[in-house]
Formats: sequence, structure tokens, C-alpha cells
Amino acid sequence: MLATMISGRTLAQGAGCESKMSPDFFKAAAICHLSERDFKSMQLEEGKNVLLKNEFGQVVLAARADAGLPEKMVFIPMGPWANILVGKETGGCGTPHFKGLMVEVEATDSPVLSIRELFSKRDRAYV
Amino acid sequence: MSEPILIKDAVCSFCGCLCDDIDVEVAGSRIQRVKHACRLGSSKIMGHERMQNPMIRKNGELVATSFQEAYDRAAQILLAANEPLLYGWACTSCEAHKKGILLAEEVGGVIDSTATVCHGPSVIGIEEKGLPGATLGQVKNRADTIVFWGCNPAEAHPRHFLRYSSNSSGRFTPQGRDGRKVVVVDVRETRTAKNADKFFRINPGSDYEVISALRMLIAGKGESIPEEVGGVLKADLADLADVLKSARFGALFFGLGITHSRGRYKNIDNALSLVAELNQYSKFVIMPMRGHYNVGGIGQTLAWSSGYPMSVDYTRGAPYFNPGETAACDLLARRDADAALVIAADAGSNFPRAIVEALAEIPVIQIDPYENPTTLLSDVVIPCAIAGVEVEGTAYRMDGLALRLRKMVDCSLPSDEEILTHILESVQKQRGSMSTKEA
Repeated sequence: MLATMISGRTLAQGAGCESKMSPDFFKAAAICHLSERDFKSMQLEEGKNVLLKNEFGQVVLAARADAGLPEKMVFIPMGPWANILVGKETGGCGTPHFKGLMVEVEATDSPVLSIRELFSKRDRAYV
Repeated sequence: MSEPILIKDAVCSFCGCLCDDIDVEVAGSRIQRVKHACRLGSSKIMGHERMQNPMIRKNGELVATSFQEAYDRAAQILLAANEPLLYGWACTSCEAHKKGILLAEEVGGVIDSTATVCHGPSVIGIEEKGLPGATLGQVKNRADTIVFWGCNPAEAHPRHFLRYSSNSSGRFTPQGRDGRKVVVVDVRETRTAKNADKFFRINPGSDYEVISALRMLIAGKGESIPEEVGGVLKADLADLADVLKSARFGALFFGLGITHSRGRYKNIDNALSLVAELNQYSKFVIMPMRGHYNVGGIGQTLAWSSGYPMSVDYTRGAPYFNPGETAACDLLARRDADAALVIAADAGSNFPRAIVEALAEIPVIQIDPYENPTTLLSDVVIPCAIAGVEVEGTAYRMDGLALRLRKMVDCSLPSDEEILTHILESVQKQRGSMSTKEA
């Protein structure tokens, strides 16, 4: 499914944003909200994951149904998982284009990477 | 066990609301209870697992070190860089900002705040058009029409409704929520939308078009716009235009839904024009919903120190400002920044992945109370006391009002201001030694 991705604050993400290495933050931010209709049509259920990908990257997230979302729109709480799908272009104003990105969404059996796993593949140029 | 002490009317240092009615119960050096704060504020004040020791990366691993060695290593990194980036500043006091600006000037670096990944476009739009603004007190006491556009205070600023806007009761607004019209414009039906009298769902990236259509309708040129704009029927927009025009005192609050979307600062520019034009018919004000509690403060401190509110480049000696060129993400994307100091922010989490990868290629100094993804990229990590909980200081609310943060408990760790002072002293000392050797 091709969808528009937006990201933003949620209460749980905000409450955990100063304990980002905690399981609570993982539960709050490594998730993808889909409309109820898309959730159903993709045969998702609680505990299932989705793979999101676009020209900037790909990320696996836990799927959640959200009655407030229209079809073909996904919402991800702001954080390092959402930002994998964001490009570096700032349109000359310093701010990347965080919202309104097109993403391909599909169900997956792949696991969601933890925050340490997200940052583990770094090759340091400076030590 | 000492008797608990009740600290009344403390300021919450989580979001730009800076709620100043927080009661905190303290026993010894521990906070026992927090009253009146929202879930976000309570979580912040009650605290989380802390970093206790300064660390330096050796052979790929972060190992404990002394504070002085960490300060000296940080100074060495900043001195060796051609264009160091000093980034963050949203979650610390203006007193720390002042030291940070001095440090940026001393090392010839670029100082930028988290505004560049949130309300930076608002700052640029306001510079272009000016801000028809007000204090939150004026909104509480006078506003009968409230618009939330691309923001979700129910989750990002949970007490905004009750303390300052839609649901508050004031001198000329005694009926509170019942006496107000509340409109929400967003691409999804948020919790904030559930509090609205009228919710307008617009298509993603269509803010500019919808604002333009409203301006046309307000100017009496509705015949020029199509039957549907940005997913909203013209008839519905005409109703909204009438609501806005007939306000006695209107307030438009906007968030990252409009700054992060297609159009970015031009969306803000257009919204500012809309509000300026509404003042031909009614009193109307506009305000960005600032996220972190003192992201407004770094803008203020930078503006009165350098003349510019963010992305200030000191590499030429005199301050220079050109977002798109001197903003943190642009500097890193171009591989111009060759070292970074990240303070009171988590660049590792909040930057796009490609920018984080650029950050991972250069030496990074982190000053923060907590371990976070930036720690995993850092070469020097300096834990600090928490401004607004363990250190007093000054912060600016989202409406530009300066408030004094209270110290609630003692902390053995140094404040951001102290850490920056030590790094600055080390920079000056090491530079002095280098000059002596060269002589």
C-alpha cells in the first residue's frame, strides 16, 4: 500500500522522551498507526508488524489501528524510527521535510529493531 | 528521614507552556510527588535513570573519566575543528545559552537550536511578516474564538486547553469552553479535534492552499476559488471565514503539522498574513506552539546576543545567519561541520537518518542528564544537573514571557552553565599554550 507518512508527539512518546533507552519508549515510539480500514484490509492484528520503505530508508514497526486516521495515511510517533524515512533536504530553510512523505507499507514477519540495534551498524571515522 | 518539604508554584520545564502552578513534594534529595503537572511534566520532574560519570571514547568504547579530563578533551575537539557545530539548547536555561554563545564565538563555530527541526520555519516566517501576537494571559482572558491548526496540544501541551486557551476561564471569558468557538484544522482527527466545535480535515501538504482560500474568502473574492480546496468544500471554508471574521478576539495556534509539511516557512508566512488581515474585522492573534520548554529562550538569547534567532555562524568572526546554509542539518548534510557539541537535545533521535550518519562521522561531545541515541555516537559524554529541577534559571514561555525556573532538589552533578564555563576556560587555556609554543 502506498501511503502518506506523518509523525508527531504522543503522550506516551513525550513521557518517555527522556528515557529513550527504556522499553517504555520502544513501546511508545517504534509503532506505526494505520487507519482502521487499512489495518483490516492488510489483515493486520495487534502484535503484527509492518515494513515501511521509501527512497530514504526502510523500517519495521509494530502495527496499530487508529480511528482518527484517514485511509492511506500512517502516523509514527516522532523519534529515530520515524526519522529513518526522512530525507536530508531542507528546502533552503534548515528544516527537513518530516511530514507528508510517501511510503510503501506492507505486512512483515521481520522484527522491530531496538534502539541500540538501530545505532549499532555505525562505523566510526573518529575514535 | 527528613520531613517532606512542599514547593509551591514551581515551573514545569517540559513544554513551552511552562505551567507555573506545579506543587512538588521533596524529602531529602528526592522528589516524592508532583501535583498539577500533566503526564509529560510529571514524567520529567519525577525523573529517569541518569548518567552519573563523564565518559570518553577509547578504543571504540565509552569509559569513565574525570570531569576535568572530559572538559579538556571537549575543548581539544572544538579547537581542532574548522567548523564546529554547537547544537541543541532547548532544554536548558538562558544562563547556559549565554555561555554557549560565548563558546561558539571563542571557537569560531556555528550555534543552532532544535528550532531548526521544529519551528524554524515559523521563525523565518515571523522574520518576514512580523507576528500579530499576544500573551497566553490575554488569550485566556479575552479570546472567544480559538483555532488549532496542525497542532495537537491534547498530547503535546496537555494543559494548554485548561490553563490558557479553549477550556480556560478568564476575566472576560467566564463561561470557559462553553463561551468559545473552537476550530481544529488537521490532516487527521487527533485528540485535540475531539475537543473542537468544528474539525476540518485537510489533505496533507495543502495548508498553503487552504490558508490562501480563506484569505480570498475574507477579502470577499470567494468567486475566484474552486469548489473544493485541500479536501475542504468551499462552502465549509466560507463558514470558517465567517467564524474568524466575527470573532471578538481570536487566537490561532499552530504546530509542526504546518512547519514540517510542504511549503514550510511559506505556510507560516501565509498564516501570518491571514491573521494580519483578520485584524481588519476583529482582534486576532497567532502563536506557534513551541515544543521544548526553552526553545523560545535560546531564540531570545541568540537574538539579543548576535542579532539572529538560530543557525548563527561565528566562523567568520562576526555573526552570520542563513538557514538552509548555516542550519545544523544543512551543515551536517554537506559534511561542513567537522565536530559537534550536542547539549540539551537528542540529535541522534531527532535528525533524519542521513544526517545522523553524518554526525556519526565526526567527533561529538554530549552534555545531557540522560543516555540516549546521541550518547551512542559521542566521543565525550558529560552528565549534567537538570535545569528547572536541580538548577534554577530563566526560560521563555511560548508567548515570549520570561519565567524563573526553580531548583527543587540538590544534585552533585554540574549544571550546563558550569560545564560550558569549564570547557570555555579549557579552550582559552589550551589556546594560550598553543600560542606560547608557537612564539
